[in-house]
Amino acid sequence: MLKFIKHHVDSIVGIEIYPIISLLLFFLVFTVMLIYAFRIPKESIEEKSSLPLDND
Amino acid sequence: MEKEQFYYDNKIVKMFLIATVLWGIVGMLVGLLVAFLFIFPNYMEGISWLGFGRLRPLHTNAVIFAFVGNSIFMGVYYSLQRLLKTRMFSDVLSKIHFWGWQLIIVAAAITLPLGITSSKEYAELEWPIDIAITLIWVVFAINTIGTILIRRQRHIYVAIWFYIATIVTIAVLHIFNNLELPVSSFKSYSIYAGVQDALVQWWYGHNAVAFFLTTPVLGLMYYFVPKVANRPVYSYRLSIIHFWSLIFIYIWAGPHHLLYTALPEWAQNLGTVFSVMLIFPSWGGMINGLLTLRGVWDKVRENPILKFFVVAITGYGMSTFEGPMLSFKNLNAIGHYTDWIIAHVHIGALAWNGFMAAGITYWLAGKLWRTELYSKKLANVHFWIGTMGILFYALPLYVAGFTQASMWKQFNPDGTLVYGNFLETVTQLMPMYALRAFGGTLYLTGFILLGYNVVKTAIKGQAVEDELAEAMPLKEVPSRRMSGETVHSWLERRTVLFTILTTVAIIIGGVIEIIPMIVVKSNIPTITSVKPYTPLELEGRDIYIREGCNNCHSQMIRPFRSEVERYGEYSKAGEFVYDHPFLWGSRRTGPDLHRVGGKYNDNWHFNHMLDPQLTSPGSIMPKYPWLIKDDLDISQTNNKVNAMVILGVPYTQGELDKAVYLLQSQAAEVEKNLRQDPEFVKNYGDANIQDKEIVALIAYLQRLGTDIKAEQTAQN
Repeated sequence: MLKFIKHHVDSIVGIEIYPIISLLLFFLVFTVMLIYAFRIPKESIEEKSSLPLDND
Repeated sequence: MEKEQFYYDNKIVKMFLIATVLWGIVGMLVGLLVAFLFIFPNYMEGISWLGFGRLRPLHTNAVIFAFVGNSIFMGVYYSLQRLLKTRMFSDVLSKIHFWGWQLIIVAAAITLPLGITSSKEYAELEWPIDIAITLIWVVFAINTIGTILIRRQRHIYVAIWFYIATIVTIAVLHIFNNLELPVSSFKSYSIYAGVQDALVQWWYGHNAVAFFLTTPVLGLMYYFVPKVANRPVYSYRLSIIHFWSLIFIYIWAGPHHLLYTALPEWAQNLGTVFSVMLIFPSWGGMINGLLTLRGVWDKVRENPILKFFVVAITGYGMSTFEGPMLSFKNLNAIGHYTDWIIAHVHIGALAWNGFMAAGITYWLAGKLWRTELYSKKLANVHFWIGTMGILFYALPLYVAGFTQASMWKQFNPDGTLVYGNFLETVTQLMPMYALRAFGGTLYLTGFILLGYNVVKTAIKGQAVEDELAEAMPLKEVPSRRMSGETVHSWLERRTVLFTILTTVAIIIGGVIEIIPMIVVKSNIPTITSVKPYTPLELEGRDIYIREGCNNCHSQMIRPFRSEVERYGEYSKAGEFVYDHPFLWGSRRTGPDLHRVGGKYNDNWHFNHMLDPQLTSPGSIMPKYPWLIKDDLDISQTNNKVNAMVILGVPYTQGELDKAVYLLQSQAAEVEKNLRQDPEFVKNYGDANIQDKEIVALIAYLQRLGTDIKAEQTAQN
């Protein structure tokens, strides 16, 4: 089904910019997030991950 | 500062729990009825509202929105109050949400069997119900955000991030996919047509699975799995990555599937690497869920609730692996239109959604009625027959999918199809359908045991409707980021900002996906010979929609040799420009119909609708005798044509003025054709067939895919 639509979407002038924007944007967010997450100090994490266990 | 006392609202959770169990049984029962229609196609003979095309949307809607929907609300209302240490923002809103949602479900259960449908998958409900859904969703949103704002817990836990993303995204998806022009109180036409309608519909379809069946349930997983196992989640870091990449992933995945070939080479290479990396977020979630149980696997052996969770999360992992696989061109060419897809979605529905809901229900039953579960043994029995049910459901359908795909594609040395008769590829699958129905029966039986167990637990225990709790009020802190506070930690207490960022994330993705869909309309080459449907054909098309023919028949011939050989010239985008809504379908239980026009004579269609087995021995299509008995309703014909004009379909003023006259004269033509068959004259004598519904349907079917032939004739 997509193969069939693809051709018409492909031929829109300047369309390649959309997947490139989305690719780069996602790549950036994903990478920054990855680096950021692994630098979070441990103490700050332990407290929050035990939130569901806090009470009933 | 002193601790404040307050009460958790357990009553609303209990109400959603009861609704989950009831609608779960109903939804699965309808699924079973539908499964049995495959093996005994005539067992509901002559009852229009129990035909496959009408029951199938009822089954999918009941399971998705009634069963899974209520189970989500049950879990959200329980966990939200505890995670935020407060009662829900407003009891009134909670009640409106609950009763409003149940009313919507009842409305769906009445309208879908009556054939009141917009035909768009998982968005079949007609416009008044769509508006009701929007309103109730807003109530849910206000109640949730309100609760977050009055919280006594500074940081909002990961589960709540997923709830927020769900609320925001479902609102956007629901509104954009259901933009339709009302014709009467229960009939509307999609404002999009053909290719564009299909793109918007599957943008919705794909993301609805992500944001209704996945993100909220992941939220529940992040709360209930640690809770039941009594251990913190495996990695909070992973959950941050999991959340943001999952809600951001769609901006990549959507255009990626559609526009891959338009990409320059460097981007394609990066994209390939990236596609592999994308397994990270969903599998990250699965790993996070499963590894929360590290060190307590002994508990899994004893605790049926944890068993349910383990199978559910494994099912999630399987589906999210299979999904990307199916997006590969070669695998998609095999899977699309076959039972493979049905198997795939049921791994998601039965394992991931069904078992998460079951686990949470068992756990909450104990909590809400302040007692031990009535029978752990029974829950274990449920677990095992449910698991067997999943296997018996899915495995035969995988086999069926591959079998049928391969039969569709086999050629003789002389270039003809080995299985030229479509029916051969259906009758071959009968044993698989029987096994599937058996699997479904097992699964439903297990779920009924759950219902029994919950009732017994409720009788045994004592319901606590308002549960006393206490917590310290929140201390004032500056809204800016404090020293030593990480960015995400700061965000977790700035909930409004958090919600806005989430919205921005999904909107960026949405916009990047939707702009090409808006532009595509002007990019579809027009085919001059493609003309609007005549008034009679338009009415026939609406009967096609009412009977849900698109649930079994596609109208989209792919450019494969095997399909062109079987059905004729492959479909062109320009042929669908007047199709409000599009009717491409997603599963070929029967053959494609895009080029059925002119393939058979009118009498064949007449006899086929009366009794499909007469014209096609062994057919599993139901009979449609009421089409021959019931008069065609032409009271809305003028309105329908007018609505089409508003949507941009170029009817002339003459056609507009004489719509009913044109309809009647074409109907008379069809009856004249039918009367050429002496057999027909013998059976129907003087009967006035031209006023019947069948005539409109025949006119529509005979028109399908024929416009392009006129073009070819003109060229010769």
